[in-house]
Amino acid sequence: MILSLFQSPRRQRGVGPIHVKRRNTETPFGGRDQGIEGTREREKPERRNGIPSPARKCSDVFPGALRTDAGRPVARARGSVTGPAGVIGLLLFSATVSAQTIVYGETVYTMAGPPIRDAIVVMQDGKITFVGPQGIARISRPPDLSAKVVTPGIVDAHSTVGFSGIFNHPHDQDQLESSEPIQPELRAIDAYNTKEKLVAFVRGFGVTTLHTGHAPGELISGQTLVVKTHGNTVNDAVLKPAATVAATLGPDAHKKERGKSPGTRGKAMAMLRQQFIKAQEYLEKREKAEEDKKPDRDLTLEALGRVLQGELPLMITAHQAQDIASALRLAGEFDIKIILDGAAEAYLLIDEIKAAGIPVIVHPSMMRAYGEMKNMSFETAAKLRHAGIPVALQSGYESYVPKTRVVLFEAAWAAANGLTFEEALASITINAARILGVADRVGSLEVGKDGDVALYDGDPFEYTTHCTGVVIDGVVVSDDPR
Amino acid sequence: MKQTTFAVGIVFAVTGCAARGQTAVDGGIQAFVGARIVPIDAATIERGVLVIEGGKIAAVGAADAIEIPAGAARVDVTGKTIMPGMVDTHNHIGGIGGGDSSAPIQPDVRIYDSLNPLDAGFRRAVAGGLTTLNIMPGSGHLLSGQTVYVKLRKERLTIEDMFIRDEGGKPMGGMKMANGTNSMRDKPFPGTRAKSAALVREQYVKAQEYRDKLARAGDDVTKKPARDIGLEALVAAMAGDKIVHHHTHRHDDIMTVIRVSQEFGFRVVLHHVSDGWKVADEIAAAGVPCSIILVDSPGGKLEALDVAYKTGGILERAGAKVAFHTDDWITDSRVFFRSAALGVRGGMSRAAALRALTLSGAEMLDLDDRVGSLTPGKDADFIILSGDPLSVYTKVEQTWVEGEKVFDRSNPEDYLHAVGGYGAGDATEPYFCCFEHAEDY
Repeated sequence: MILSLFQSPRRQRGVGPIHVKRRNTETPFGGRDQGIEGTREREKPERRNGIPSPARKCSDVFPGALRTDAGRPVARARGSVTGPAGVIGLLLFSATVSAQTIVYGETVYTMAGPPIRDAIVVMQDGKITFVGPQGIARISRPPDLSAKVVTPGIVDAHSTVGFSGIFNHPHDQDQLESSEPIQPELRAIDAYNTKEKLVAFVRGFGVTTLHTGHAPGELISGQTLVVKTHGNTVNDAVLKPAATVAATLGPDAHKKERGKSPGTRGKAMAMLRQQFIKAQEYLEKREKAEEDKKPDRDLTLEALGRVLQGELPLMITAHQAQDIASALRLAGEFDIKIILDGAAEAYLLIDEIKAAGIPVIVHPSMMRAYGEMKNMSFETAAKLRHAGIPVALQSGYESYVPKTRVVLFEAAWAAANGLTFEEALASITINAARILGVADRVGSLEVGKDGDVALYDGDPFEYTTHCTGVVIDGVVVSDDPR
Repeated sequence: MKQTTFAVGIVFAVTGCAARGQTAVDGGIQAFVGARIVPIDAATIERGVLVIEGGKIAAVGAADAIEIPAGAARVDVTGKTIMPGMVDTHNHIGGIGGGDSSAPIQPDVRIYDSLNPLDAGFRRAVAGGLTTLNIMPGSGHLLSGQTVYVKLRKERLTIEDMFIRDEGGKPMGGMKMANGTNSMRDKPFPGTRAKSAALVREQYVKAQEYRDKLARAGDDVTKKPARDIGLEALVAAMAGDKIVHHHTHRHDDIMTVIRVSQEFGFRVVLHHVSDGWKVADEIAAAGVPCSIILVDSPGGKLEALDVAYKTGGILERAGAKVAFHTDDWITDSRVFFRSAALGVRGGMSRAAALRALTLSGAEMLDLDDRVGSLTPGKDADFIILSGDPLSVYTKVEQTWVEGEKVFDRSNPEDYLHAVGGYGAGDATEPYFCCFEHAEDY
């Protein structure tokens, strides 16, 4: 396969290419921020007809030495902020441009087969067009990024980043609406903040896809969505606008101290069941009743209706064994698809979970062992996975400090506690993508999938390794070691 | 009365130990042979020997340089790594409760009057390789009480079993203070930073006057001020007998701590020090040590917006002394190594990072003559690891305190606390030598 340097124009989700810009200040984490909301570019882009030119030459293949912003070669300027300011806001560019990005890895974990040594990944117009040994990839220029280890972009199977903001002040906390215990109509796309600093933060560690949205803490707190960790607006970022309806069983959803229901486990289940029964009747009447007798539209029941019809899974956060059992009971009664979330004591109910065919997004491996989580185990992910239950890992919801975990580290801890390296990597790539229903786009390095790649200067799970590059939709969004 | 209580406590502890010690295999001379030894205060020994006797370290050195005493029990630890038990300078295990929010400054409160030694957190701590802890009240007060330095000894039924005592037999500990937003609350708490500093200064001025009155009174009981246990504790801090452990995040708050500590002459360790990288030269110039925490991400509160992995490295290069702490439950004691490793990720040297888990922390507690390094004469507090301390895959296999094994990953009960699982969250049963472990009969 011959990869041409000059490619046909493209259009990327209607907003044109992403131009990576640098902030002119060092970030707290030792690197320079590569956020899309920076104010300076490192180098004035070459342009033809007002659009940046594609890559022409590169000087070497030192890891991270070169990169291509939408096909534009940029000289490495580590440790300094050079180049004239040439601010290009994302929305300013409706122009289309060709783009090819080439990534080299000493080891490439495709998650679609065994790892490939000395391999390259080629992305064209945002999609992967080649993955394989360097020897058979007849590329006509050096790679834009090189690293010891290349993996698919990391998929965080459950986060609240973009909702629970870094400041932890009311104006940036949109993860939980507590006016009512059951509000499945709350859409995640109406609240996701693409400019949230923690989005760029987790992206720096290789996280390219987030399943995020309404947090645990109410019986049904609202919907979740799947986004890429770049994009100017939610429309640019979104991969799946409605991914799940988020529910919580257990004391976290109890409101007794506020004098509200539910105050007990029994009441919580009664309220959920009653609401689902209402939604069943609503669906039936909407479908069968004569036009003038149809019930008025009801957003709450519509959202639950989508769960009942199998369009949306109910993601149930439940930690203690009796709450997990209740989740399975609810799934059985209403014949709904559920995803178990958290599931600290899932190791007690492996047979039941497996028999029900339910995937589990296991709590962060290093979650604090207190309250409902007091019996959590580092080995839960391994035990479930080895029993044949689909498992993904998550960064979860954090109410205080740190404001988010990094799912890469949680997978690392699982890899140190029973999962093999590749099982742990799968739990934050392909298996996470499958559970979320986005494996046709992300989660593995395969031709035709999105060009989402993470690069590391060693074993990604070692604390002392750095993430040296991140590519999303074929665009280098970060290339400073984190 | 107080003295009597202590005496009873000591007698109980001593007799208890003696009775339980009969079944321990750990009393005699033991030689751990073949491990990679990281003494911290000396170069790493690739194939070393660690000899312990009577709860103390007797010898450390290369396998071919140390003569193993006759009669020593030999333990082959080839392929393992041995380093000192870790010192956590800031920890909240034990279901503790310090100041009660009735006033912003409560130096009279002793944290050890509230601590539950059976808390499951202590089992997790030894599983993580921690052997010495500074247990502190929280940061919701300008001064939330006196902290306590403890050892995670095998028998932990009462706090007296855990105390580290000074030469006079008194339990050792410091003083917990805080500034910034955590201690700014509704009245009677301060509402601003300046008010916070003013309230603290006012209290220390009072303590100065109390101290001076006491000195002037000499032996004249009629002139002595009424005994005030709060002011007494502050006087001890100003005399350097109690180190002030000061929660502080923002760069200006850090400078305030330094300013106030210099005014009153108390010895201070800065804790958390989120913005430390911004004022590293100033911290180093003041000679103030830093106990830092590394958390995954910045934020969660405004003063932690710039928390950074690079802080340790920047402070190290500036010449400041750095230790890490767990702040357990903010981070779990079982992942304490991660702090050091992330510090290295952020630019710290390996040597400084490992020292920051051990000897540097010991120095910040005035315990460096007893713990923090594998040095002959120091307490036999050490951990046996499966590999490189900074690797995520490495396991703490055994933890030893004062010559006794307090954690063994191969013991199912210890394993439960090391990785978690059903029952791991419950407060543990009191330890009695002969009932829990069949092998102890």
